[in-house]
Amino acid sequence: MVGWAVLPVSALAALAIGAVLILAFGANPITGYRALLNGAFGGSYALASTAQKATPLLLVAAGTCVAVRANVWNIGGEGQIVAGALASTATALALPGLPGWLLVPLVLVVAAAGGALWAGVAGVFKAYFNVNEILSTIMLNLVAVQVMNYLLSGPMVNRSQSFSVTGLIPQTRLLSSRSWLPTLVPGTQLNLGVLVALAVAAAVYVLLWHSGFGFRARAVGLSPEAAAYAGMSVRRTTVNAMLLSGAACGLAGAVLVFGSISHRMVTDGSLTGFTGNDGFNGIVVALFGGLNPAWSVVSAFLFGGLLVGGTAMQGATGVPTDLVTTIEGLVVVFVVSMDFLRTGARLRQEVTERGGDGDLPARARSRSLVLRLARARV
Amino acid sequence: MAGTPEVASAGPLLEMRGITKRFPGVLANDNVDFDVRPGEVHALFGENGAGKSTLMHVLYGIHQPDRGTIALGGRPVRIPSPAAAIAMGIGMVHQHFMLVPTLTVAENVSLGLKSSRGPLKDLSRVAARVEELSESYGLRVHPSAKVWQLSVGERQRVEIIKALYRESRLLVLDEPTAVLTPGEVDELFAALRKMASEGCGLVFISHKIREVLGLSDRVTVLRAGRRVATVQAGEVSGEQLAEMMVGRHINREDLTASAVPGRARLSVKGLVVRGDRGTEAVRGVSLEVRAGEIVGIAGVSGNGQRELEEAIAGLRPPAQGSVLVDGAELAGRPSGAVRRAGLGYVPEERMRHGVVGEFSVAENLMLASSNDPALLRRPGFLRRRAVRARARELVAAFDVRTPSLATPVRNLSGGNIQKLIVARELAAQPKVFLVAQPTRGIDVTAARYIHERLRAEAAKGTAVLIVSEDLDEVMTVSTRVLVMYEGRVIGEADPRHTTREAIGLMMAGVVAAGAEPARGPGRELEAAADAEVV
Repeated sequence: MVGWAVLPVSALAALAIGAVLILAFGANPITGYRALLNGAFGGSYALASTAQKATPLLLVAAGTCVAVRANVWNIGGEGQIVAGALASTATALALPGLPGWLLVPLVLVVAAAGGALWAGVAGVFKAYFNVNEILSTIMLNLVAVQVMNYLLSGPMVNRSQSFSVTGLIPQTRLLSSRSWLPTLVPGTQLNLGVLVALAVAAAVYVLLWHSGFGFRARAVGLSPEAAAYAGMSVRRTTVNAMLLSGAACGLAGAVLVFGSISHRMVTDGSLTGFTGNDGFNGIVVALFGGLNPAWSVVSAFLFGGLLVGGTAMQGATGVPTDLVTTIEGLVVVFVVSMDFLRTGARLRQEVTERGGDGDLPARARSRSLVLRLARARV
Repeated sequence: MAGTPEVASAGPLLEMRGITKRFPGVLANDNVDFDVRPGEVHALFGENGAGKSTLMHVLYGIHQPDRGTIALGGRPVRIPSPAAAIAMGIGMVHQHFMLVPTLTVAENVSLGLKSSRGPLKDLSRVAARVEELSESYGLRVHPSAKVWQLSVGERQRVEIIKALYRESRLLVLDEPTAVLTPGEVDELFAALRKMASEGCGLVFISHKIREVLGLSDRVTVLRAGRRVATVQAGEVSGEQLAEMMVGRHINREDLTASAVPGRARLSVKGLVVRGDRGTEAVRGVSLEVRAGEIVGIAGVSGNGQRELEEAIAGLRPPAQGSVLVDGAELAGRPSGAVRRAGLGYVPEERMRHGVVGEFSVAENLMLASSNDPALLRRPGFLRRRAVRARARELVAAFDVRTPSLATPVRNLSGGNIQKLIVARELAAQPKVFLVAQPTRGIDVTAARYIHERLRAEAAKGTAVLIVSEDLDEVMTVSTRVLVMYEGRVIGEADPRHTTREAIGLMMAGVVAAGAEPARGPGRELEAAADAEVV
């Protein structure tokens, strides 16, 4: 299969299965998808909402690109978002008097630092103690959420809220308006966060393909052995990639607080109560974007639209928004499996092109062994 | 075996006629004729890329020929897959063994075959047969040993036993000696001759002239996809074969003129290094390489050479001992620091350790210099133009044949990848140049080129240390040979005054008369080693 066809075909396949599911709910898939499209991309308000929803996704995706290109699977976006949000929220709560031109950059920097710190823990564990980063980042997600639940219902809680029977809502007080991300298009939610995310995506692109660090990160990602033999420090590269990845996710946390409608940090005690699952969805966005920050911009916008439009679809057809999550999952399954088919096909072609010769390149050779084994059925 | 054509004793076992196989951009086989008679060893000789493997892959059903016919025992056949080839009695011992490491020898042999006891395993019968075969052909291997525990030579025996077990009438061996010690080669050849004497036909793919002439009855030489000639092995000289292979007259490689060695640039003292399993793989090695010297370390692989290289290169911290480059202590320093101190290193596994396969030629050429200020702008951005300019220069200077600088390195041939790595390492102007298996698996022309480069580098005053399992290479390139055995340097020899056999014996742990005992600070250890082996 041609490389570029993988993504659209995956998306269409996922939407087709989604259509069957909508039918199963007793609704008309055409009505459903029309409502979805309209809610996501129909008109400037819808487009602004989609861009707004895409912002944290793009930040997490950019971070995922750095990490996965360096062969560190950072699945800790959720925790790093929370860490960045908590750190920046605490800063804004502590320094409400600072002027906006100082406070906004400050909360962004602190958020990036918070996310970097949280990811850095997993990075150091992987680099120096060989702890699997997938496990450690997932575990750190849980820790971050519990820390957040404690802080938002204890030390950081808004004590001036009116009393209710269920106790205090775990949220901070309204943050100083000087810390809010300025709105770009009046009348919509679209704010500075979008530009921050685009800048981060651009920076990640330049970093990966035009800098010494990016060169090392990609070398380590493709072949840690060759990188080490060439004198690179695999450990340092691993930790740095994780720090950068966490910083991008931390920025997503700041966007979720200072670019929200409520302008406070609020959760409901559940795992995704604050993040809305952006830490995981951002990984999907990056994978759909081929781990390339430029394509991740497109991919983030599409997934943002899917999430925003899902709500509209629920309104029009009564199909739960969870269906959107299902479609998202299906897209991942299709992208991953088709990518495998594509790689397999390319290698097979390589093997035949080169005549399976004695000095076939090693990777193709190792795959060709699999192929030969498969053909020989031994 | 059902479907096996009965082999007529008179006619050829295999007849391939006019085999043509085209791959996009390459005519891999051009009207090639090839036949094998029962009871003969027929060598297929030629450079990398000459079409040897393609021809054999056509025979083994991996590729379908565009034109041409194959007849087995006089009957035309079509071989759609390796499974069909196996069913027709064709066996193949690949360069890279097709064994499951966690299974036993007997399990590997029976893999893919129907059990004689229906759904139940028949491993004891398989094991008994393996034992029988191993005994009668002198292929020593234990049926219940796990494959991962076996040495490379033993694994190869398992592959041959697999073919024998399947009653192959025609066995193809793809560069079987590349991984063996001289002693193991002799054993292999004895087994192959016995198989031939029982009427088996053997195809022996090789680019080592000595072995081709030593083992085969007939030799077919391929060049650029065409058959150059088929000759009786007894009627050609090595020089003639070499000329047929490369298509022009070639001079014998000059033996290294022994330059007067200068001061010691690399000195290793009492080095102890642990291997992957925690045991001491290097057990007290001391050696010196002087400016202008090429020191060759010979030895059967697995005697601590890899661990020694990695310890010198800063990839494996030594447990004890010191490594000095121009007097600077480097033991235990990371690989980046070791490189900055002046070590150039060409690792043994060039695809896994020497290059990043997905990276382009240009990127691989800067693999070790991503911190080089000449290639960077201020805040760490790459100067792409400088990167390309340097790559273009190196590709030209080292004759790396590549379609472009942007070509992924995995698409280059082994010889060109090795030239690329050598180019990259020498571009850093190392004080000490450590090269593991300089020419393993690459063709004669590229190999000569690399040897010349090594000599030129030594002549410039670099200390060159090569580690090689290829005894011929060690003997022709080095000014001094050290032999490693069980983690120690057990002998030293002057290649001009020593025979291959003497070094071969040392590689097997026997210090023969005629070889000088090792000199230098490691003498006590070597003396102890001598005492053990005597």
